[in-house]
Amino acid sequence: MGNVIEIEKPLNEWASAHFGAGARVEGLKRLSGGASQETWSFDVAAPGNTHALILRRAPGGVAMARSSEAVSLATEAALLSATTKSGVRVPEVLHVSPPGSALGEAFVMRRVAGETLGRKILRDEEYKIARARLAKDCGEALAGIHAVRLEGLPALPISSGADQIAKYETIYRSFEMPRPVLELAFAWLKENAPKPDGPVLVHGDFRLGNLIVNEQGLGAVLDWELAHIGDPREDIAWVCINSWRFGHSEKRAGGFGDLEDMLDAYAAAGGAKYTTADIDWWEILGSLKWGVMCMTMYSAYKTGADPSVERAAIGRRVSENEIDLINLFEGLGRNA
Amino acid sequence: MHDGPSARELIEAVKNFIDKSAAPQLTGHAAFHARVASNALATVLRELEIRPTAEAEEKARLERLLGTSGESANQLNALLCEAIRSGRMNLSTEGLLPHLKSTTIAQLSVDQPGYSGLKTAAR
Repeated sequence: MGNVIEIEKPLNEWASAHFGAGARVEGLKRLSGGASQETWSFDVAAPGNTHALILRRAPGGVAMARSSEAVSLATEAALLSATTKSGVRVPEVLHVSPPGSALGEAFVMRRVAGETLGRKILRDEEYKIARARLAKDCGEALAGIHAVRLEGLPALPISSGADQIAKYETIYRSFEMPRPVLELAFAWLKENAPKPDGPVLVHGDFRLGNLIVNEQGLGAVLDWELAHIGDPREDIAWVCINSWRFGHSEKRAGGFGDLEDMLDAYAAAGGAKYTTADIDWWEILGSLKWGVMCMTMYSAYKTGADPSVERAAIGRRVSENEIDLINLFEGLGRNA
Repeated sequence: MHDGPSARELIEAVKNFIDKSAAPQLTGHAAFHARVASNALATVLRELEIRPTAEAEEKARLERLLGTSGESANQLNALLCEAIRSGRMNLSTEGLLPHLKSTTIAQLSVDQPGYSGLKTAAR
């Protein structure tokens, strides 16, 4: 685990080199307890200016074998730079620290002000204007991400819709817990797979929770760990799945807006022209994936790997995804 | 066997202890887990009430849908999964989606009765 003392010295050395002699680190504190990633918040008081910054760092500064699909910190930093050039609002990267350096494997980016909690963004009065703009902002951001030239990007996992069905079906079958709704979703997705689109850069976890929202709308797109090369509709659908609408089911786009508006903004910003029906298959895949992920978290309890009550209880959330899948299937019937 | 206190009463007592005595003294991660623990006990209380009837109804529906009797809903669900996986049943199978919907609504009434998707399903 990284501690303040271990990090503060190399961070001060970097601050002096970057902002000039006299710059010093203040208010360094750990934000997340994430196992795969340390996130630290700090300020640099430099002559004439104070800079609000974030340090993303491998645990203890040493990259471990991360989950098979998570990209490295250096890749994450490279993606932030590439998407900035494509006009996407992301935090500016100031420094990439290589493995083996004093700071360890890490990067420093600017801290963007705003809120990430979905429930607050969808409920609080101060985000009223933001909510009205988010469908458009998200459509534009996704069009920007999907327009990034793949040449010149660091190596990324390739994952199509079919790849994901195969992957999640293998995981689901390994649990030997038959769930007819999930079974129906796997069978239906395979039977009705659309022709692949892209390939494009896919963010992979584009939803409330991973977006900084300020009073004026989208501030920055965070959490690029699951970025991959794939189908643009995956990202559009993921922000739509009911789990990420935080109770505001009536607004298909993230609980904040209409999918039509997001798709219009997406097309106007240079993305492909999709209809809401084009997103259905991908939203069904998204709900199914999240259901299997909940089963995976519960299986950590079942196998004894993580005995916490939280891991046990999450197994009782799979039925949320099952009702979402049923609602989506009924919706297909109505639209047909 | 006696039931004074009953399983329900014991769970209610433990839940009450967590909510009123333990949780207010906890902070951070432990406080979060206390909330999760309390919610888990609430799930068990709902399950004690809802499951016996809901599962019997589920089993009866499964027997009609599959045209066979079975030992348990669990065993019949394995058969249903196999029928779906093999393609013998699909979204257009008469009665399949209504059955799955009834079962999932009952399950959510136990698991997460406040979930937004449950309200959508009731429409």
